[in-house]
Amino acid sequence: MSSTKYILGVFDDPDDLMHGIDKLQKNSVSIYDVYSPCPIHGIDAKLGIKDSRLGYAAFMFGCLGGSIMFSMVYYMLTHDWPINIGGKNFFPIPNFVPVTFEWTVLWTAFGMTFTFFFATHLFPGRAPRVMDLRATNDKFILAIDARINGAHDDITNLLKEAGAVEVKHNERKYVSYE
Amino acid sequence: MSTHNSFDEHFEFTGKAKTYSLVGIAIGIITILAGFVTNHSLQTFANLLLMGYYFTCVCMAGVFFCALQYVSQAGWSASLLRVPQAFAKTLPLAAVILIIIIIAGLSLTHPQDIEGKSVVAPYLYKLWAVNGVTVKGNENFNAVIAGKAGYLNRPFFLARIIGFLGAYSIFGWLLNKYSQTEDELGGVFYYSKSFTISAAFLVIFGFTTPLFAFDVIMSLEAHWFSTMFGWYNFAAMWVSTLSIITLTIIWLRSQGYMQWITQNHLHSLGQLMFGFSIFWTYTWFAQFLLVYYANIPEEAVYFLKRWEPEFKPWFWLNIVINFLAPLLIIMARDSKRSTKVLAWTCGLLIVGHWLDYFVMIMPGTVGPQAEWWMEIGPLEIGIFLGFAGLFVFTTMTALSSFKSTIPKKHPFLEESLHHQI
Repeated sequence: MSSTKYILGVFDDPDDLMHGIDKLQKNSVSIYDVYSPCPIHGIDAKLGIKDSRLGYAAFMFGCLGGSIMFSMVYYMLTHDWPINIGGKNFFPIPNFVPVTFEWTVLWTAFGMTFTFFFATHLFPGRAPRVMDLRATNDKFILAIDARINGAHDDITNLLKEAGAVEVKHNERKYVSYE
Repeated sequence: MSTHNSFDEHFEFTGKAKTYSLVGIAIGIITILAGFVTNHSLQTFANLLLMGYYFTCVCMAGVFFCALQYVSQAGWSASLLRVPQAFAKTLPLAAVILIIIIIAGLSLTHPQDIEGKSVVAPYLYKLWAVNGVTVKGNENFNAVIAGKAGYLNRPFFLARIIGFLGAYSIFGWLLNKYSQTEDELGGVFYYSKSFTISAAFLVIFGFTTPLFAFDVIMSLEAHWFSTMFGWYNFAAMWVSTLSIITLTIIWLRSQGYMQWITQNHLHSLGQLMFGFSIFWTYTWFAQFLLVYYANIPEEAVYFLKRWEPEFKPWFWLNIVINFLAPLLIIMARDSKRSTKVLAWTCGLLIVGHWLDYFVMIMPGTVGPQAEWWMEIGPLEIGIFLGFAGLFVFTTMTALSSFKSTIPKKHPFLEESLHHQI
């Protein structure tokens, strides 16, 4: 039993990387993930990555923020302590719109940001977990879970053939821990 | 991806679309004649102004669309530029029609009611264009209008409208010319030239469209003013134009043209429609809230007229169609990527912004009818169909006058063909 946990193919060129993905998929090697310093068109469809549901979270947070603010203004200015402002009635909906709008936007923004941090295990002060630090610079990293894919030498050859400049057999998943 | 597209594809304007657009024009002409014959001249003039303004605005915004893409150096839109370019090509004609409507409306007079008095006044712009309105001692004298006469007088008014529309037409013509020359010669020389004149155009357009809206629409009720009105009209014009561009592209695709346009392009257009519908609401509400909050009679009278039982349902429907509908229908990614949903939303917004202009124009010109549902009758529908037919006929003829339906040597064309979001 090999102690390799992850096999990383390091590519210089995203086109080679895409080529490598095709090769691995043709040979039924499952790909754990790909790390890239820039977006690559068409890669999510190729890897079968589902659309992000972040938008739904944003929508929910927006609705929540808007409702909270509207109820709050309603409670303060209409229910608890009605004040005559400029001769308007005590439930002047147009006057409530700007603040409700602002809170909708604010909660959408914050809600979306924190959901993103939560989902990606990223938040200020935490060292990000990275498989290869060069993926944030100029290299494209293709990661394969070595424990569920056998024939490690064949995978290495496939990656080399596809144009990988380096193939690493890592015994730990991340190079950086917090 | 691009290998099986022919960039020499030429659009032929024939078949059903041509027949229907000619039928539309015929319906429009019959309706206009019927309106004058049956003694509905005022209502006919108001509708002509509405549709003339709508038509001109869409063509103006076609130039604006092209200029915006050049100045922002946008790549995604390069392959669909021919559609707004066709609108820009139609602008001189639209401008002439609008100017004829305005001159006719200013010169033909009939007895009508101005602030309780029966006065012989022009059909359009009666409040400031009636004879003697600035002459002290005249029975038509009005101090407020006299104070605005330095700006609102016939020669300056017409000079402004002709000047603005003339300038926009020239810029549209130049952008089209550069794009077509680029097709012949290639290179980036004409792209950078387009960039330069687009930048100049945007400055001019930005400062003059509010004035254009003040003149053509807001001065119908010359006692009232709102500084927000220009941007509000800009938003209406931009959303309706984006919808018409999108609908035209969807239709062209269904006819087998422009097959390089993918869901991704339509998604981007849908995003713009969605975003600017929200912007429209923002400007609409900014104008409304200040008037509501300050509650000064001379300002509130504008909304009071639209709050009459005959106009109130249309006033609210305007918000429902132009704000709630796009908000709920095309917020989700999937609905923007569904051609069917997007096409229906375009149709809704095109009618919605007609209603928007309707609510701006009618209370101050025709005034309330007997019942609220009688506000929109055969005259409104007939003239709308007439101008819709005219628009389709003229823009599609303009599109067929281009050698190909794609600017094939546009420097960003490759980026546009691979546009993916």
